[in-house]
Amino acid sequence: MSRTRAGWADPLLWSGGVLLLLIFGMPLLTPLFRELFPELDRPLYLQETFPALVAAHLGIVAASSAVAIVLGLGAGVLVTRAAGKDFRGLVETVVAMGQTFPPVAVLAVAVPLIGFGVWPALIALALYGLLPIVQSTIAGIESVPESVREAARGLGMNPLRVLWQVELPLALPVLIAGIRTSVIINIGTAAIASTVGAKTLGSPIIVGLSGFNTAYILQGALLVALLAIVTDLAFDRLQTRLQRGRATVPAAAPIARATTQTARSTP
Amino acid sequence: MIEFQQVSKTFGHWKAVDNLSLHLQDGEFTVLIGPSGSGKSTTLKMINRLVEHDSGRILFAGKEIRSFQPEDLRRRMGYAIQSNGLFPHWTVEENIGTVPALLKWPKSRIADRVTELLTLLDLEPNRYRGRYPHELSGGQQQRVGVARALAADPEILLMDEPFGALDPVTRAALQKELARIHQRSGKSIVLVTHDIDEALLLADRIVLLDKGRIAQVGTPQRILAQPASDFVADFVGRSEVGIKLLGLQTVAGRVRRGETAAGRPVPLQASLREALSAFVAQGRGSLPVVDEHGHAVGSIHYADLLAAPAEALA
Repeated sequence: MSRTRAGWADPLLWSGGVLLLLIFGMPLLTPLFRELFPELDRPLYLQETFPALVAAHLGIVAASSAVAIVLGLGAGVLVTRAAGKDFRGLVETVVAMGQTFPPVAVLAVAVPLIGFGVWPALIALALYGLLPIVQSTIAGIESVPESVREAARGLGMNPLRVLWQVELPLALPVLIAGIRTSVIINIGTAAIASTVGAKTLGSPIIVGLSGFNTAYILQGALLVALLAIVTDLAFDRLQTRLQRGRATVPAAAPIARATTQTARSTP
Repeated sequence: MIEFQQVSKTFGHWKAVDNLSLHLQDGEFTVLIGPSGSGKSTTLKMINRLVEHDSGRILFAGKEIRSFQPEDLRRRMGYAIQSNGLFPHWTVEENIGTVPALLKWPKSRIADRVTELLTLLDLEPNRYRGRYPHELSGGQQQRVGVARALAADPEILLMDEPFGALDPVTRAALQKELARIHQRSGKSIVLVTHDIDEALLLADRIVLLDKGRIAQVGTPQRILAQPASDFVADFVGRSEVGIKLLGLQTVAGRVRRGETAAGRPVPLQASLREALSAFVAQGRGSLPVVDEHGHAVGSIHYADLLAAPAEALA
């Protein structure tokens, strides 16, 4: 990993800047969209403001990711305990199955049960983001060398302390990688939630698709993509900090393996 | 200090420890040794309940170890292992302070104890206390591992092949330091190894295990000179028994004070094994002996070596 570049060369800084400009300055681009799509009467999406859409989008992503993190971390920790070992195969299968369903299908199933709105979207996204987190929790905890775990027990730490002071801190880099994957997937997938009536950056895209308004699609898609890129860069920064801040040398090899594994198993 | 009474432990169909009875004396340096699968590590880990015994009784300070909370028991026993098991995300100071922190010592007392232990183990406190394990050499990591085991002044020190992964030079240095720590503190130590030379060097008493049973218990001299079975004789190295017996004694016990001899001198504290090597290497029948300051104290004769084994048993 290269050193973080400072100042204007920092990709996080300028991609974040572009994102902010687009969020708040989209109306200023109206002449541009008019130029690009002369056949459209209204080339700028006006039903909601873009700041409101981004806020709603991030709200759904944050809520569903928080649920996914709590559930995923809990499940991952549980199946790596001696008592929960037997459930590991089951949990991994169920979570993997959860991800083989297209989110649209989950939404379609959820709507008749819960109705339109934010809730089916939250449920679908939370389920969808679970897999990378469960996998990275398991991989992270398993990357802790057995000798370290034995020493912790042998010195008189109780099981909770071994988990909290030794296993989780050492698993953290792998865990963050899993959360990163999960959140990025959710930022993209949240757009689909507009099909069931949740307000997200998918709204201009859906409206644009049904009304043949390519400008709307472009506006929504640009913001979703930039949001994902900026978030990804921010996570990258966090991981670099984490790695630089402390000693991860003995665990470096398993981390690399676990990360590629997580990356490979996500669509 | 520790007493095993007809203790057995089975993993599946495999009898790891079979009806073991053993009394470990207070202040004694006991070495558990045997081939792979002899049950030596299992025996050690049953003491601090990392492995729970199936049957029999194990007493610590006169009480069955199951009457203690496992965590309380372990905090009263130091524990050091082969690959050192240092916490990679903690500094040397935090690693050494693990058990004192669990025992809720005040911070200043922990800091003082860390300074004391780093000094004891020949690591300059201010240079090393803030370092992370990966910034240390293998030998330094192992020193920190030993310091961590000693931190809360445990009643007994349990060591599971602590020097197994080290190069011979570093291993020898750490063995010497451990012997010094034992002499100085008088702490009971139980050490597991598969290296017979390490056992002969360190042990007050060797417990030789084979297939979960005791093959022989005794002082290094007795194990070497009077092996109880063919297995014991083979394990200690039948063809090298004489050499190893010489390794148990120092030149100091054989020196003829006041006499002089020609040749490169051997130090007083060298083992007779090293002296034998010097005789052969220099092709001489007698050699001068010097003390630790290099002053001549006398000489040693090749023939004097022969008296050693007999006397060792006396």
